[in-house]
Amino acid sequence: MVEQAFSHLDTAPVDEPRPHSITADFSSDRSVFKNVSWSKAMMWIFLLSDTFVFSCFLISYMTARMSTTVPWPNSSEVFALTIGGRSLPLILIAIMTFVLISSSGTMAMAVNWGYRHDRRKTAALMLLTALLGATFLGMQAFEWSKLIHEGVRPWTNPWGAAQFGSSFFMITGFHGTHVTFGVIFLLIIARKVWRGDFDQGRRGFFTSRKGRYEAVEIMGLYWHFVDLVWVFIFAFLYLW
Amino acid sequence: MSQAAAHTPASAQGQQHPLKLYLVVWAWLFILSTGSYLVDYFQLEGALRYSLIILFMLLKAGLIVAVFMHMAWERLSLVYAILVPMSAILVFVAIMVLESDHTLLSRVTFFASGH
Repeated sequence: MVEQAFSHLDTAPVDEPRPHSITADFSSDRSVFKNVSWSKAMMWIFLLSDTFVFSCFLISYMTARMSTTVPWPNSSEVFALTIGGRSLPLILIAIMTFVLISSSGTMAMAVNWGYRHDRRKTAALMLLTALLGATFLGMQAFEWSKLIHEGVRPWTNPWGAAQFGSSFFMITGFHGTHVTFGVIFLLIIARKVWRGDFDQGRRGFFTSRKGRYEAVEIMGLYWHFVDLVWVFIFAFLYLW
Repeated sequence: MSQAAAHTPASAQGQQHPLKLYLVVWAWLFILSTGSYLVDYFQLEGALRYSLIILFMLLKAGLIVAVFMHMAWERLSLVYAILVPMSAILVFVAIMVLESDHTLLSRVTFFASGH
């Protein structure tokens, strides 16, 4: 019942041309985001709030770094790896960046195939995305243990300002947690796709509602957001 | 199969775009990431370094949001509802830049030798 009542509101009768839509949408006395389903709008609003959370972390890192009189550790040297006798700056972080971007690419492909109702390709691409995400996490675990082994703690480190450790663990840790949950949900949605839930209209375990292939796109929004946050972390925490 | 699938009409609410677009964006993300890595590899310094970091970062973020997250095709009211509040972050950054300058000044003035 409720589902039917809402799905009626979801689909606006006619899509007006874009330039007129914004005032009309907000003053329509109806659902503002016409032709955008509730689940997608809610995911976007969640991502907006998550943006604020990550912004607060990055801003506190900026504040700590700008206001300290102690030299900040040189991230280029801290995150360097020696491969084959050569010290390569930031090489692990660069590989992690490429892995995460690749996972974003496979996720975009999964969304695309999802809307073509090709459940095998969609599920396979989502599993590949999850695998790349797990690879990213593995490399992050390696990086953390390397730094901890070298004596980096949230309250101290061998190279300079103590806040380096707290900023680093807080920001990358929170991002890694997001990746972890992303991998878990990727597996859950991939299983649903593989089983054909969205083709057969099988009802969800928690919601008792029928899912659609849009769930893949909404999962994709979250996953791309995780990649997006990494873009900013890479720029400010590692390169700056 | 793929030929037939390529012409499947977009579902009522689905975001259906050519596969090639995603591949092109993917390639650009790789190029831009390589660019930002090379900024560090060649140890560029000063204004050039920081402007390149910001440039590559914004281009990558823009591509991800606009194409991968389909923001470019979303209804304008949703785009505004998400993007306009983000300006609050810039205000927050400005406030904290002033704050940390003040803190640094007091530290240099009163605790010049210590931590």
